[in-house]
Amino acid sequence: MVTISGVNKHFGELHALKDIDLTVDDGEVVVLIGPSGSGKSTLCRTINRLETVDSGTVTVNGKPLPAEGRALANLRADVGMVFQHFNLFAHLTVQQNITLGPVKVRRTPKAKADERARQLLERVGLSEKADVYPSQLSGGQQQRVAIARGLAMDPKLMMFDEPTSALDPEMINEVLDVMQDLAREGMTMVVVTHEMGFARRAANRVVFMAEGQIVETATPDEFFDDPKTERAQDFLSKVMTH
Amino acid sequence: MFDNFDLMVAALGAGMWTTVWVTLTSYTIALAIGMVLVVMHVSPAVPARWAANAYTQLFRNIPLLAVLFIMYFGLPKVGIVADNWVWALLGLGMYTGAFVGETLRSGINSIPLGQAEAARSIGLTFGQSLKGVILPQAVRAVIPPLGSLLIALVKNSALVLAIGVTELTAQSRRLIEDNESRFDLWGVIIGVTVSYLLIALVLSYLVRLVEKRTAFVR
Repeated sequence: MVTISGVNKHFGELHALKDIDLTVDDGEVVVLIGPSGSGKSTLCRTINRLETVDSGTVTVNGKPLPAEGRALANLRADVGMVFQHFNLFAHLTVQQNITLGPVKVRRTPKAKADERARQLLERVGLSEKADVYPSQLSGGQQQRVAIARGLAMDPKLMMFDEPTSALDPEMINEVLDVMQDLAREGMTMVVVTHEMGFARRAANRVVFMAEGQIVETATPDEFFDDPKTERAQDFLSKVMTH
Repeated sequence: MFDNFDLMVAALGAGMWTTVWVTLTSYTIALAIGMVLVVMHVSPAVPARWAANAYTQLFRNIPLLAVLFIMYFGLPKVGIVADNWVWALLGLGMYTGAFVGETLRSGINSIPLGQAEAARSIGLTFGQSLKGVILPQAVRAVIPPLGSLLIALVKNSALVLAIGVTELTAQSRRLIEDNESRFDLWGVIIGVTVSYLLIALVLSYLVRLVEKRTAFVR
């Protein structure tokens, strides 16, 4: 599904991604974890080219990412993205947020898109919120709408960039539950998160990053029970003490 | 004080009408130009950005009266001939368009980057993102300053009297300089002041209305 090879990325002096190689197979749930600034969000964003790379290649579905333009737009339509800060379209209702992509990009008839939006809202437990604006929703509700917006495009891959980091603690689970259902249904997912419990339960593979490098890749059980690298042991000892 | 009141009202009324349609027509031109400018400004094509910038700097930095004179006196010399009202509308519209463009640009800059990223990540092209996500929010954010530009244009439109368009200020001057001195100076001054106030207040009210109608819950 996704093949990243030899990718490097700089932000000025900062070497944000160092020789990254990573593949994500169909139906696989890959969770990226690591300390802040380790490059996991940047890596996630290179997959739909919200972040360009300095060297190396990113291919999605066997095709290298095209330059900015219609071909890239078509590719992005197949890759759902959920952001830390939701980024729902502020001037559109919940329903319109979900149907904008299908109507404009997929040319789905309005009535069909509306019907699908209702199904998706039901699925994320927000049927009654179709006609409100994003600002009228809680963070957790907004994030579930954002997931519905992504799913409305029938993506081949869903990416989650710290989807619960901006949420109040009591809202985190409602979002993780939706994500876990998705994982169970076989959606291919790339998830950047600090939720270790989710990583353990939902991931097929955990990728641990630090200082722009992939330090360790393992199954969740291997990684959490028996981390191989000192860097990962150190990280886990800090996040798992409480 | 208001000698020959009905004559004065008729003259000022005609002037008001001219001021209003000159203002509204040139504002429409300005909005169109501003919209094109802002799209060029944010476009990935460097020449487009450069051209938009050049236009903006040019029209923002020369006096409106000079713009009108260059058009009215200058362009016929190079074979471009048109009626004075054409130059009035184009001059006001092109000048104000530069300001509209900058106002819209500040509106776009006020929209969080995440909106554009979300738009792109659902597969919208650059143009679709602008049209469907960014501009609708940007325009709403700058309706008050766009309203200020409209009010400024009402007053700036007085300058077209210099190229022979008889709008409100030109009418009042004609009344003051009347051969038979039929009008009192203060009567005309009060009349023209009230006329401008009336136009500006009505337009302000309409802008408010547009602002309210297009508001969404933030």
